[in-house]
Amino acid sequence: MEAWSRFLDTFFNWDVIERYFPAIMKGVVVTIEIAAAVVVTGTLLGLALAIVRTFRLLAVNALIVVFVDMFRALPPLVLVLLVYFGLPNIGINLPSFAVLWLVLALVLAAFAEEIFWAGILSIPKGQWEAARSTGLGFLGTLAYIVLPQAIRLTVPPLTNRTIAITKNTALGTVIGVGEILNQATTAQSFSGNATPLMMGAIAYVILFIPVVVLGRLLETRFAWRRV
Amino acid sequence: MEAIVQQFFNLAIMERALPLILAGLKQTIVICLIVIPLGLAGGLALAIISLSHLRTVRWAAIVAIDFFRAIPPLVLLIFIYAGLPFAGLRPSPMTAVAIAFFLNTSSYYGEIYRAGIESVGQGQWDAARSTGLQAYQTLTYVVLPQAVRNVLPDLVSNTVEVVKLTSIASVVALPELLYSAEMARSVTFNSSTLLCCGRSCV
Repeated sequence: MEAWSRFLDTFFNWDVIERYFPAIMKGVVVTIEIAAAVVVTGTLLGLALAIVRTFRLLAVNALIVVFVDMFRALPPLVLVLLVYFGLPNIGINLPSFAVLWLVLALVLAAFAEEIFWAGILSIPKGQWEAARSTGLGFLGTLAYIVLPQAIRLTVPPLTNRTIAITKNTALGTVIGVGEILNQATTAQSFSGNATPLMMGAIAYVILFIPVVVLGRLLETRFAWRRV
Repeated sequence: MEAIVQQFFNLAIMERALPLILAGLKQTIVICLIVIPLGLAGGLALAIISLSHLRTVRWAAIVAIDFFRAIPPLVLLIFIYAGLPFAGLRPSPMTAVAIAFFLNTSSYYGEIYRAGIESVGQGQWDAARSTGLQAYQTLTYVVLPQAVRNVLPDLVSNTVEVVKLTSIASVVALPELLYSAEMARSVTFNSSTLLCCGRSCV
């Protein structure tokens, strides 16, 4: 009984919950803002890059491949630190929120480009030829025939990747973005109690469980269709 | 351009920081060697549990998997490293990293194994059982070899993710690759060290 009340006192302390609830909620808002910004800009940039790649300009494609491979190979935390601590040395000062957004959007764009590109490649050549022979131009074929089919294929892998990258908003804590984890660790050191960490963890679970479950549904629906 | 080379590709500083970065690389490899086998084993266990015929057991495994997939690994790591001391346990940075990564990666590996096992047809089970193999023998000799081969690309790409993920161990001050680079950067006031670390990751 003694141990149980001590456990409750350390991880579910009501006073602490009451005192730090507003701070954690502020973190939730910041996390949602960054996540939304990253998802929108990242997927759009990825789609744009994949479209540019269909023009098959050798030099441009080489640049895209280098960009994509670099941002897929480097851990996001390394990129965040590199941009946040490195750029001021050459006179570019970005606020930490912008750094986190920029890095995560670029990482998502790199993965999204690969996924969209794979989707576009998976559309048989006959689709292109048939569309072109009906008089559609190159862009028309891309916009009305190829992309609608390609994007449908990319939904499950893209959802998974997007979830993984949105969870990286927690990395913002390292450079002082006031998101959930940052608020939670600050509150934890002020209160000398582990409850804020528990609140932070719960906030993340509430935010991400629906997305994980949605991803699972998309996957099964996709698998079921393929059979 | 001059400033960029000076700040990001400074050879003199790279040379000075190289031993630190190499020590970090060694630590990164050590973490990987601990974390990846643990995750693979845990994932396999989770996958087998999530295929159980008992509905409650199956649901418990799925809830655990989704729970640890929903929590960002950094949150899990900080929770374990900074939260457990309040409960009287004081994990070393390495233990905290091992526990956090075990929980996180085994749920991802678990999902992959499960997809693999489900991709092997029911007929394989029935045929193997009818030749007199026990359930666990069917699993080890017939189903798993086929399942693993089906999901090998996913297993490999997840392993790459895990290797990249070890960079978050720097937050609890395990002197792995990124931490060494950060330290070298703050000692030398030059970002070439981070790039050096980036390159050894690539």
